[in-house]
Amino acid sequence: MRHIISILLENEPGALSRVVGLFSQRNYNIESLTVAPTEDHTLSRLTITTIGDDRKIEQITKHLNKLIDVVKLVDLTEGAHIERELMLLKVKATGAQRAEIKRTTDIFRGQIVDVTSTVYSIQLTGASDKLDSFLAAIGNAAVLEVARTGVTGISRGEKVLSL
Amino acid sequence: MELLSGGEMLIRALHDEGVELLFGYPGGAALHIYDAIFNQDKVAHILVRHEQAATHAADGYARATGKPGVVLVTSGPGATNAITGIATAFMDSIPMVVISGQVDSSLIGSDAFQETDMVGVSRPIVKHSFMVQTAEDIPMVVKKAFHIATTGRPGPVVIDVPKDVTDPARKFEYQYPSTVKMRSYSVPGKGHTGQIKKAVEILLSAKRPIIYAGGGVIQGNASALLTELARKLGYPVTNTLMGLGAFPAPDKQFLGMLGMHGTFEANNAMHFSDVVLGIGVRFDDRVTNAVAKFCPGAKILHVDIDPASISKTVAADVPIVGSVTSVLEEMLELVSQADAKVDRKSLDLWWQQIEGWRGKQCLKVMPADNDVIKPQQVVESVYRVTDGEAYVSSDVGQHQMFAAQYYHFNKPRRWINSGGLGTMGFGFPAAMGVQLAFPDAISVCITGEGSIQMCIQELATCLQYGLPVKIVCLNNESLGMVRQWQDMQYGGRYSSSTYSESLPDFVKLVEAYGHVGVRIEKLSELDQKMAEAFALKDRLVFIDVAVDPSEHVYPMAIKGGSMKDMYLSKTERT
Repeated sequence: MRHIISILLENEPGALSRVVGLFSQRNYNIESLTVAPTEDHTLSRLTITTIGDDRKIEQITKHLNKLIDVVKLVDLTEGAHIERELMLLKVKATGAQRAEIKRTTDIFRGQIVDVTSTVYSIQLTGASDKLDSFLAAIGNAAVLEVARTGVTGISRGEKVLSL
Repeated sequence: MELLSGGEMLIRALHDEGVELLFGYPGGAALHIYDAIFNQDKVAHILVRHEQAATHAADGYARATGKPGVVLVTSGPGATNAITGIATAFMDSIPMVVISGQVDSSLIGSDAFQETDMVGVSRPIVKHSFMVQTAEDIPMVVKKAFHIATTGRPGPVVIDVPKDVTDPARKFEYQYPSTVKMRSYSVPGKGHTGQIKKAVEILLSAKRPIIYAGGGVIQGNASALLTELARKLGYPVTNTLMGLGAFPAPDKQFLGMLGMHGTFEANNAMHFSDVVLGIGVRFDDRVTNAVAKFCPGAKILHVDIDPASISKTVAADVPIVGSVTSVLEEMLELVSQADAKVDRKSLDLWWQQIEGWRGKQCLKVMPADNDVIKPQQVVESVYRVTDGEAYVSSDVGQHQMFAAQYYHFNKPRRWINSGGLGTMGFGFPAAMGVQLAFPDAISVCITGEGSIQMCIQELATCLQYGLPVKIVCLNNESLGMVRQWQDMQYGGRYSSSTYSESLPDFVKLVEAYGHVGVRIEKLSELDQKMAEAFALKDRLVFIDVAVDPSEHVYPMAIKGGSMKDMYLSKTERT
């Protein structure tokens, strides 16, 4: 099963490499990884999506917790949560295709953020499967370039991940 | 406040942390620190002959004393040579602090002379690591390093120190912090009382219980508590390779070591038990054999300070995260209550069954003809000659298993071996560390002619510091354990495991290093020559014993089976 683990990490040199190293060292899988500083400059927030059964996920969270630089973590998929990913992509847009791509982009509530006579650059936000669906709708033939941020997320309701 | 350079701060901080001994080897990036060592007399430095030996010696010191071992090496090759020893300590949860010199901050990343990314290279095999940014950080970094290395599940911590940070010309105010607080690191304390209660209830209602205790009991200094609990309950006890000495081996309740080369009685008792109390153990693959077939009828009660050890390979029915000392104290209290009764009738039946297995005498040594010495007889001889009171270190291979099986450890911290990583070359430097910690004790290294050659240069260190280590070499002229596997699984094809023609004359070799060498070839002279060698209390003696090269270690687990599936000899299996 797919899990989204959010981590508050000491903003120290080498901290990120400890987290990433743990995954390769113990043969865990990283599907996506996002990291950026938080409102507290001493902390980074890191979000990892990974796949595994309950036992594996338990080991992953335990080993992450053992890392000295990991201050706190939460498995967002354990409860109701919001996940988002941002995708920027370039697609071939010529002739009749131009109107079709525009329509599809509107349906997915994306935005065309740059235009040339033959290319659209599109921005789209949502859960990962929505981005996947958009790519499927556009069709591989038209896609020239894709840049995805990877998943970040937050739990629903009043639960917060903070110190 | 006192003004000190970064180098001086490091050494002073070690002193303030209670460090008396430092094992190391100098080099360019560490020279400011070495100069600071020269100018004081509080922290003694032991110059080894290879950085790997520095880490093993510090490790042996730590295992024997319970205090952290401290290592100082230079950058680049000095640091990478220390890696094997750091990994060894990491696998066995040994408290260690390794200080490595690093090139100047301004040169980091430029592929400078003797530069290596020590924090990066060591990352998977340390509990934590630090790269010191400025000299002012040194006291707090050292404080944190020792705190992390010695608390919770112990382990090695690396402090990488760029040379400019230790510059003798730049002085800073020094004050050693009295406390340390880290928001991201907390030490598990007591176990969950409800869980402990539940565990004790299951334990008391057991019909076929067994206590399976490991290295965590020794690291947690809980041997006395474990022994008290086991005796109060009257339950059988087995120890892991790392746990030998946690429960006194001569005790009737002791079934011997369990696992791949464990005794017939210990492995059978595990397999047929209905309750396993695992304390300070990690259900290692060398213990469990095939996990799917492990202890099929048992409820598993698992106590460990590391939550990640629990349910890692074998799911625990009652997991208890906490220090073994506090958990055992609570358990003792509960089993001491008036209404706490064990099922005596079932227990008697269980002991009868165990005595049946014990009657097999799986470790009985069959003497050879022609005065040939069996390797097991050498360990028995060492046990007799030292009255079971020695600190015994070992390397890795057949001799290690023979030492574990035939030297009956009755105290914790006497058995010093690389259990997790299985590091050949560990034993001799570790025995030096033990001897430095306890100058008047008997420090024996039981080794083989293969392993000893991996750190044999330390004979020079022993001469320099007058360390009367006794090296007992079970010389079978081959890599015995490799050869055993080749006998059993590869049709006797000894691929790169024999080297009879190229072995050194160990007696001459150690004499060249200024020590005493003894060669023993006949069983009839084994005990006497062994006693003579050990009588040379002030000298390092290398006792080279020619042993039967065809001997295998038994019992041996049958791969893919359960714990009860064992080879008992070359011709007998369960």
